[in-house]
Amino acid sequence: MLAMYREVIRIRFLMMLAYRVNYYSGIIIYSINIGAYVFLWQAVYSGKPSLEGFSVIQMSTYIAISWMARAFYYNNLDREIAEEIRDGSVAIQIIRPYNYLMVKVFQGFGEGLFRLLLFSIPGMVIVSFIYPIQLTTDPSVWIQFFISLLFGFIVNVEVNLIVGLFAFFLLNNQGILWAKRFLVDLLSGLIIPISFFPEVFQKIFAFLPFQAISYIPSVTLVKGLDISKWLPAMGIQFAWSIILALLCWGIWVKARKTLIVQGG
Amino acid sequence: MNAIEAEKLTKEFQIYQSRKGLTGAFRDLFNRNYRSIRAVNEVNISIPKGEMVGYIGENGAGKSTTIKMLTGILQPSSGELKVNGFDPHNQREEFVKTIGVVFGQRSQLWWDIAVQESFTLLQKVYRVDNKKLLDRMIDVLNIGELLDQPVRKLSLGQRMRCELVASLIHQPSLLFLDEPTIGLDVLVKENIRQFLREMNQEFGTTILLTTHDLTDIEALCSRVIMLDKGNIIYDGGLTQLKQEWGEGKKIHLELDQEVSLEHLGKVTETLPVSWTKNEANAKLFTAQLQGNSITASEVLSLLVTSGVPIHEMQIQEVSTEEIVRKIYQEG
Repeated sequence: MLAMYREVIRIRFLMMLAYRVNYYSGIIIYSINIGAYVFLWQAVYSGKPSLEGFSVIQMSTYIAISWMARAFYYNNLDREIAEEIRDGSVAIQIIRPYNYLMVKVFQGFGEGLFRLLLFSIPGMVIVSFIYPIQLTTDPSVWIQFFISLLFGFIVNVEVNLIVGLFAFFLLNNQGILWAKRFLVDLLSGLIIPISFFPEVFQKIFAFLPFQAISYIPSVTLVKGLDISKWLPAMGIQFAWSIILALLCWGIWVKARKTLIVQGG
Repeated sequence: MNAIEAEKLTKEFQIYQSRKGLTGAFRDLFNRNYRSIRAVNEVNISIPKGEMVGYIGENGAGKSTTIKMLTGILQPSSGELKVNGFDPHNQREEFVKTIGVVFGQRSQLWWDIAVQESFTLLQKVYRVDNKKLLDRMIDVLNIGELLDQPVRKLSLGQRMRCELVASLIHQPSLLFLDEPTIGLDVLVKENIRQFLREMNQEFGTTILLTTHDLTDIEALCSRVIMLDKGNIIYDGGLTQLKQEWGEGKKIHLELDQEVSLEHLGKVTETLPVSWTKNEANAKLFTAQLQGNSITASEVLSLLVTSGVPIHEMQIQEVSTEEIVRKIYQEG
């Protein structure tokens, strides 16, 4: 079982390597994004030492970290699933003795791991030379961050699976995929930290799973949450991973029953 | 225990019909018309282990739907189904370990990576490590040189041979082939057929073959199941099929000199034979033998003894293709 998932991850590595151009262009796009947001926020601060509890340095660090974290948790599983359902190749997946969703999760994990090791970490070193950011040297904060990041990945993958599986019922869910991508970037705190939103929105967001994807891990690293604050944050992430996992499972079971294999 | 045992297997689909024109499209937004279609209608199939069976029918007859139910992809609407002793849809994960599937129009190899990586992953997926069998399949199908190439660079024939290996990597006792030779050249076809025969003889692999290429069926299968509009219209041996539906043989003659049709008709009036004359060449005639009661030699001996000057002759058997065309047309 484990050997199989390890192999799935390995194959994903190979596939990522097969498309080198994507890899290189990814580095450039991410650096540009980080740069753009860092300068934008510097303009917003315009000399003020801090806003909503973020100093300028913390803000730059937050941006760099959340984009690098995004490289890890981001994947196109939703699009892949929708595509496989649309062209009918999901049939091939169903005649294999494995759990389709689990394999997808590990494919996403392989992709994330690849980007974390070959993209985020080297990228972070480069970015730290160019932009004014400050990373903690406290190993316990880093451990907290990586645990939180892993949960962020799980929640995001589950959101992707659910959105992808909608294709079983809609057969074409391109619009939903686009809307989802934008929503996740906005509501997860990637573009604007959650604490910058008006009070009302913050209260609403507290009931949504998105901040568990990016905001919680990034804040964990930037602000170095102490255990009494960190554990409840973990609790939120953990709760969402369970709730969404159950939801995924339910949709999958239902989807298998209504499956129509399109074409051929 | 039979490899496949299906009783009153039925699949119904809900299809929505779009209304005509722009106003129709707007109405479709709020209220859709559904219509239910029976793709497979109370079909009974029973296939013993080790048999090679051809499954044929026109496009849209319900072949693929049946295969998808038999492989556990689709859930039957009603009916009993046991394949290899499992309920394919509800016991999916265990069941699929015992079958292999090749979809001619769909690849099960990973498109962007080398063929052998796909094989390694499949070995892990099925938890097998049978290097000997794999090497042999690679050898017989002659794909050793393709192993380190990405699948997207393979030609159709090369890919299909790799697909076959992939589907048999776990040595399944039952193999489904959905148009495996579509678009392949003669040599590759022959290679694949030879390989399938070997697998069948050596491991007793049961094979259910869907195809439009009837030469595949003639080369491999002793039994044919024919489907039309969701119903089985024939299930039995290939030879019986020919006897039941075969129009009888044809004899093409080239004579040394022109003879009238009436004369030939008179000579063979004791036999159920009808003559036609070639429009372009007055020396060419065709005798259509009705049924299977008479032989070509009876006709020929009558012709020879009554002095018809035969220059050249050719006896034409009815091809399966012709029989099937006839069945399709007559429904």
